[in-house]
Amino acid sequence: MSVEQKRKLITCTNIDKSFKVPEGIHQVVSDFSLEARENEFICLFGPGQCGKTTLINLIAGFELPDQGSILVAGKPVTSPGPERGVVFQNISLFPWLTVMGNVEYGLKMAGVPKKERQERAQKYIDLVGLQGFEHAYPVKLSGGMRQRVGIARAYCIEPKVMLMDEPFGALDAQTRYLMQEELQRIWQTEKRTVIFVTNNIEEAIYLADRIIVLSNCPATVKKEYVIGLPRPRQYTSPEFLALRKEIQQ
Amino acid sequence: MMIKFLKKYKYLLISLASVAVVLLVWYLLIDVMKMTKSSVFPGLEKTFRTFIAKLTQKKPDGATLGQHLLESLKVCLLGYSIGAVLGIPLGIAMAWNKWCDWLIRPVFDLIRPVPGLAWTPMFILIFGIGIEAKAMVIFVNSFVACIVNTYTGIRQTDELHLWVGDVFGASSWQKLTKIAIPTALPMIFTGLRTALGGSWMALVAAEMLAASKGLGFMIQQARYISRPDLVIVGMLMIGIVGLVLDIILQKIETMVAKGMNAQ
Repeated sequence: MSVEQKRKLITCTNIDKSFKVPEGIHQVVSDFSLEARENEFICLFGPGQCGKTTLINLIAGFELPDQGSILVAGKPVTSPGPERGVVFQNISLFPWLTVMGNVEYGLKMAGVPKKERQERAQKYIDLVGLQGFEHAYPVKLSGGMRQRVGIARAYCIEPKVMLMDEPFGALDAQTRYLMQEELQRIWQTEKRTVIFVTNNIEEAIYLADRIIVLSNCPATVKKEYVIGLPRPRQYTSPEFLALRKEIQQ
Repeated sequence: MMIKFLKKYKYLLISLASVAVVLLVWYLLIDVMKMTKSSVFPGLEKTFRTFIAKLTQKKPDGATLGQHLLESLKVCLLGYSIGAVLGIPLGIAMAWNKWCDWLIRPVFDLIRPVPGLAWTPMFILIFGIGIEAKAMVIFVNSFVACIVNTYTGIRQTDELHLWVGDVFGASSWQKLTKIAIPTALPMIFTGLRTALGGSWMALVAAEMLAASKGLGFMIQQARYISRPDLVIVGMLMIGIVGLVLDIILQKIETMVAKGMNAQ
């Protein structure tokens, strides 16, 4: 089945978003449109404060657009919901819960019985490679391990869409490469539609089926690249480097 | 084997050593060098003998040390628990609901700066010098400490954590009980510990003003009849009990608020 034939899961149409600031009105998103198909991995790539996080927050439903519409699986987004898993930029684990407690949290809120939710949580703990750490508290984990828990937690409620807001932004360079490989492996095992925000071009090329390059504030689609390189990709292959050069210009 | 033992109990051993040094200096200065008369500052040996005797003797204040201690503990824990049971939920309500905050805060801010002891005359007038007046003083103390700390704790709830709750469809009640309260637990325990320490101190002070039994009363009586040895026994008792209560609460905290402190 070709990508084109798969159904559209996310449709953003002409979104505007601005915030009131002391100096007046600060527009962060302008006329942004995006269509994401099922199981497509999309990277939103753009400079520092260009409104990428706002885009994720809009699709997640934490904020509502001033103009335009957002449809996820055909339904308009009005609030956060369990069909959209979110992996946050900062460490957002609950420090008072163990790895297991954090991963099964969403299922607990959904009222899934204890035995079933622990089995399901275990599956995703294994998937992200944290077996043996089920009963550890986040304070004992490294930054990379914490983000693994974050990914497992988002996966555990089996959302159709995964929204990731610079999840590896706070990691050191080496851990970051490792986590990119890990995320690709996880995603290939359990395919989801992913919107992944990053300001790191290598990360975008390594992970994405399609890269949306955003302009600086207000964010709007500047250019789009379909990345056809076979996975797993090599950071130093000529094709990779050529793409990198092209996108960076 | 020996080294392992030393390592494990290092902190405890050093603590004991520090107490032992103080006792030794006391013993040397008063018992051996006789720096003061024992009617002004009694020696270690005499104080210890007074302590042993007071365990069984009711003289000179009408009750044994155990009875005084029990009376003090009873009043303290009564006032303290009522303060905690009412203060913690109120602190949570004020921090979680802005209407509660707006309604209660003005009154609360008004009574907060009044020290617990300043309530004593009023409570004695209303309740007499029985257990109620003192329990009320303790209550005010513990109530205020619990509200302030609980409030601060709930307010520390990370907005990101609430978003996580939203993502998973948590209800407002679930966000309160599964996110805000766990966040606040360490602060709630800080409140409980501050309140307990404060209660214990306020109680002894209240007993010195109005009581017919209790450690504070015992100290005050001993002063009237110039028994510094008994005063010191009372003071040491107060210190030891306060310490033990705090340790118990600390232990409960590490059991309840897991993962919240870098162990």
